[in-house]
Amino acid sequence: MAKFTAKPNELSKINLTPRRKEWMDTPVEIREHMYCHPAKIKDLQTVDFSHAREWKPADEDWKLPQNWEQIVLDGMQALLKKYRSFQVFMDICVRCGACADKCHFFIGTGDPKNMPVLRAELLRSVYRGNFTLAGKILKKINGARTLTPEVIKEWWYYFYQCTECRRCSVFCPYGIDQAEITMMGRELTNLLGLQIGWIAGPVAACYMKGNHLGLEPHTITSSVELFVDDIESITGIRVEPTFNRKGAEILFVTPSGDLFANPGTYTAMGYLMLFHELGLDYTWSTYASEGGNFGFFTTNEMAKRLNAKIYAEAKRLGVKWILGGECGHMWRVLHQYMDTWNGPADFLEVPRSPLTGTVFDNAKATRMVHIAEFTADLIRNGKLQLDPGRNDHLKVTFHDSCNTSRGMGMLEEPRYIIRNVCNHFYEMPEDTIREKTFCCGSGTGLNASENMELRMRGGFPRANAVKYVREKYGVNMLANICAIDRATLSASMDYWNPGVQVCGAHELVANALVMKGEKERTQDIRLEPLPGEEETENV
Amino acid sequence: MKILIPFLTVIALILLVAAGVKAAGLELLFGVLIPYAAVAVFAVGIVLRVVKWARSPVPFRIPTTCGQQKSLPWIRQNKIENPSSTLGVIARMALEVLFFRSLFRNVKTELRNDGDRLAYGSDKWLWLAGLAFHWSFLIILVRHFRFFAAHVPFPVRMIEGLDSFLQIGAPLLYLTDLIILGAVTYLFLRRVALPMVRYISLPADYFPLFLILGIAGTGVLMRYFTKVDVTGVKQLAMGLVSFTPVVPEGIGTLFYVHLFLVSVLFAYFPFSKLVHMAGVFLSPTRNMVNNSRMVRHVNPWNYPVTVHTYEEYEDDFREKMKMAGIPVEKE
Repeated sequence: MAKFTAKPNELSKINLTPRRKEWMDTPVEIREHMYCHPAKIKDLQTVDFSHAREWKPADEDWKLPQNWEQIVLDGMQALLKKYRSFQVFMDICVRCGACADKCHFFIGTGDPKNMPVLRAELLRSVYRGNFTLAGKILKKINGARTLTPEVIKEWWYYFYQCTECRRCSVFCPYGIDQAEITMMGRELTNLLGLQIGWIAGPVAACYMKGNHLGLEPHTITSSVELFVDDIESITGIRVEPTFNRKGAEILFVTPSGDLFANPGTYTAMGYLMLFHELGLDYTWSTYASEGGNFGFFTTNEMAKRLNAKIYAEAKRLGVKWILGGECGHMWRVLHQYMDTWNGPADFLEVPRSPLTGTVFDNAKATRMVHIAEFTADLIRNGKLQLDPGRNDHLKVTFHDSCNTSRGMGMLEEPRYIIRNVCNHFYEMPEDTIREKTFCCGSGTGLNASENMELRMRGGFPRANAVKYVREKYGVNMLANICAIDRATLSASMDYWNPGVQVCGAHELVANALVMKGEKERTQDIRLEPLPGEEETENV
Repeated sequence: MKILIPFLTVIALILLVAAGVKAAGLELLFGVLIPYAAVAVFAVGIVLRVVKWARSPVPFRIPTTCGQQKSLPWIRQNKIENPSSTLGVIARMALEVLFFRSLFRNVKTELRNDGDRLAYGSDKWLWLAGLAFHWSFLIILVRHFRFFAAHVPFPVRMIEGLDSFLQIGAPLLYLTDLIILGAVTYLFLRRVALPMVRYISLPADYFPLFLILGIAGTGVLMRYFTKVDVTGVKQLAMGLVSFTPVVPEGIGTLFYVHLFLVSVLFAYFPFSKLVHMAGVFLSPTRNMVNNSRMVRHVNPWNYPVTVHTYEEYEDDFREKMKMAGIPVEKE
């Protein structure tokens, strides 16, 4: 595969006007840099996924199982019976087009099959042909089509060009959610062994080792040890996190990405410093060392299998409640799925902040609190001594993650935190934030490197909004509350807006946090000189 | 073809009924039997459709949240766009169903300066036309109740009064007649003229538009131009609702065309996208309370799954854990 070399000004020449040729008569073209490599056989076998085999997306023959047609139709039938959302969304779309230009992948590619309505029609056309009377009789006149291997290729190509961000669902007059349809589509591709490596790898790793990155227990502790060293050199304070400690009050779960690579690691350092300053009785776990859930991008069952570890570990350690770190899809899962899958969490207590006494009634069943809720409550109650001036070198804007905004509604908590720890905060244009926020372009396990063109195209609307505030206010830091964002937006900013950096909200907290007994800080969390300290360095 | 087939189908339907009534004298068929059958198909079809939807469970609580969640007491929740109570959901659904809240949000995305700037502008035409169409359709439907009751009920008379408040012409001009023709025409033109919408449109999107245009058109012709025999129409309508059908003489072919197209619409309804009328109420992203962390949602088909247990994990890594100073269950 040739390297992806297209320049930003070439990529952004996008034609949003579809060609005249009917979409059903336009065969799918599997384009380089737009798709991910197939899953490795061993990764699929680790979690007992069927039909693991060697196959290549660019090949003519995908080596589908013998009875592939039956597998797909039976699979669809089963999903229609299990999910009202799927059944209703297959029936009620009127193709008004309100969703069409709301999808970051459509805006970034101009490919009409990326209009949410059309991506759904890829499935709906097969539904009509096989599950509705009118479709069976009227065939193509009623928008029905026959299931062929070409259709399967098209599904695979486009259901892995959707990040389940739900922006279309906000604008749909019936709330039709392409995320639901993509989930069903991916369940179906999974039945045929058509999974991608960038998802299957982390799933297998998470299943066996507890986290997507496959960090083994001793690697987790040694990674954290490095953060502890850095924190000591910045603040003069040695924080002392514990792992798998029974009897702690709180279990802390965060995406493993934050333990692994910049700039997520700075967010992880922020957690460590905050918890130390509070004297929080908490523990990390190496077994439940993943907040995110790539299983969610394969099948519902796999997602549940991975998620089960969090409650199981909380029970084993005997903690009172669970605190969760900054992550997007992790919170879609924790908020809307975890309790249903693996609850009830009756062995835990209703979360109560030991510092402020605030009882988190909004988490009284699931008993898991988002760290932004936890920290916002601390700040509101004056429990933190903050020096926002330490972030004065940063002009910050905030990117709402898809899942926390549209699958939860956590909009104000992170903003409240950022406003309290930074002096320079600027919002991006209204139609690109909060419930209308744009995806980073690489969610749902699409943050590989071989599909870089897809990622940069999908990230274009978000990046373009950042560009606006950069030009208008000089914004140089894109804050967010998502581990995937921290990785993917970094790449997207380097491509579209070089010079704009990416950080988690708790990195900003860590910069501003005045810790008891700390030495005079000269460096920020990135070990770069603080504002006003640059000259002293030069002397 | 996508446009022509549904258009010709509606023309064929009109010719069929015209020929049937004029040449073959099939007034009983088109005036009584088909309307009965159509209403029956509509009622049974819609019920079956809703039952089918309802039989698929809602395994997860998946509202699309469009505002601030309920969390800390000092953060102001958006109780309608992100409801945490049934009352909030009722308000959200009411706004959606009565005023098309989500369409009101619509923005148009444009790429400007040769790809340099993405711009978003408010685009409320679809919302306006959709609202105008649905509301005028409803008002017209209600107005028709005057044909089905010996004494016209007060609400119907009130709506008629409001609808004709301009007091133009004789018979008085109903505003909704103008609005529905305008709105449906707009919805059709939009489908043809906007490249994205044209691209996604199916024959099944044009057919109901032509059908409704035919219904509204024949209605307007009868009321304002050919001045249909209203007494005859009422006689027929009363006969239908009292199950003592009569076919009065001289109502005219146009009326039968109107009635037949309405019958087709009714019969077509449960098998088409028009079921969105009922479906919108069952959409899990809109009709659910966002309280997943407060109240456990039960999935009726939740089943036990294989997991990699802590014991298995510790067996895999016990020595490494001990070396790293991590507590273990078994030494």
